[in-house]
Amino acid sequence: MDDIATRCIDIIAKSKSIPADTITLASTFDELNIDSLDKINISFEVEEAFSIEIPDEALSTLKTVGDMVEGVTRLRSAQPPSAITTP
Amino acid sequence: MDKSITKGEEVNRVVVTGLGCITPIGNTVADFQTALFSGATGIAPFPPFPEAPGETQGLRFTQSARVKDFDASQHLDSGIAGATDRTTHFAIVAARQAALESQLTHHHAPESIAIIVGCACGGRQAEETETAKLYTRDARVHPLTVIRTMASAGASNISIDQKITGPTLNISTACSSATHAIGLAFQMVRSGMVSAAIAGGHEAPLTFGFLRAWDSMRVVSPTQCRPFSADRDGMTIGEGAAMLTLETLESAQARNAHIYAEIVGFGMSADASHITQPFAEGAANAMRHALKDANATTEEVGYISAHGTGTQANDATEAAAIHQVFGPRAAHIPVSSTKSLHGHSIGASGALESLATILALQENLLPVNTGVTEIDPTLDLDIILQNPRKATPKLALSNSLAFGGLNAVLAFRLI
Repeated sequence: MDDIATRCIDIIAKSKSIPADTITLASTFDELNIDSLDKINISFEVEEAFSIEIPDEALSTLKTVGDMVEGVTRLRSAQPPSAITTP
Repeated sequence: MDKSITKGEEVNRVVVTGLGCITPIGNTVADFQTALFSGATGIAPFPPFPEAPGETQGLRFTQSARVKDFDASQHLDSGIAGATDRTTHFAIVAARQAALESQLTHHHAPESIAIIVGCACGGRQAEETETAKLYTRDARVHPLTVIRTMASAGASNISIDQKITGPTLNISTACSSATHAIGLAFQMVRSGMVSAAIAGGHEAPLTFGFLRAWDSMRVVSPTQCRPFSADRDGMTIGEGAAMLTLETLESAQARNAHIYAEIVGFGMSADASHITQPFAEGAANAMRHALKDANATTEEVGYISAHGTGTQANDATEAAAIHQVFGPRAAHIPVSSTKSLHGHSIGASGALESLATILALQENLLPVNTGVTEIDPTLDLDIILQNPRKATPKLALSNSLAFGGLNAVLAFRLI
């Protein structure tokens, strides 16, 4: 699992107070009991962690952890190198 | 002009059938009661704030009254816990305790139950954290900041948690918020506007910025509050929540509910004097209105749960007000301030003190003014010292006298 995936999973685990090893890329948000308020919290933490901005319309399309990791990877690679300030 | 208000012919008697609390001296009513009558204070040193920008904290005081061993994740799912601040966590859990005990929502239609709570400060944790980030590094503000910080979050979340759809609101009148809230709920049940209510207060203001603001006013004790003491030197700030369930006597008796006490009167007044300095006539008027509302005489009052913050100004003014109302009896009515145990939780304080007053009536035991050895002789009051006092007051008053001169007094009686 790459670094982005690991960090996304850690954020979800912390937000939901569940062990990270219970979360996989295939885990759906429904399975993890992530409701709309959880989604807002988690996406904010992800945005802060990766210095990205997730478009509002994209949030509603995310169904799995893998969807989130894919989206973060795409947004990160679309940024100029100088915008990436987090390790 | 003193204008008497004619009540409708039929009014309900209003009783307390459920209690709940999260406080610096107990996160259950049983624990609160144990500490209340043992005189065990919840005032203790607080740890340094890591967010303090300077090398020192910049605070002249080192103690507060904090809630201990409270983990929101043990009570609330992550979505709710993440969308609410500490004060709302307290509110939801305390309301649950009271509602569970009284089974209120099983016996009253959701639209006929009111939720009236007092919270003066709103979500301080979120407000300060997000504001600091914004001002220091132009960081993005968390999207849930508005709903975390709004003062009505507690009332709203209790409604959602309990699925109650009746009149629901928050009252913000500084230190009198919760007493105003309980009083308004009392009036609504008494008039028949609603059949029951959850009423109380909640506050979690022990944030760095809030404490620094109070420090600047020079009214916080460098040690701890000693209400009515000869050497009193200020208040001690606290946090917590207390909730009561109110309903008509008729509905409580019909289902054989345990009745803690009856609320028989509620008085309010404004000092119209000074934004911080209390005014004896204002406080006296609120007590007189409570007695009049209760159709009671001054002779019937057997205990006063004082606002008693421990400041020079409040305690002297409150004593003067008690003398104005009760005349020669004033020096013989037992008085204590439970803020010596649980601190001053601002918007929640009136609820914690109402809880203490109700328990005092139930147990025929009046709480002690902890930490005080010598009463200010100029006050000429019968302050309860050393140990709780056995007594069976016919009527008890609970006073709240807020900054800005907003006064609220409740009158309680055993059935």
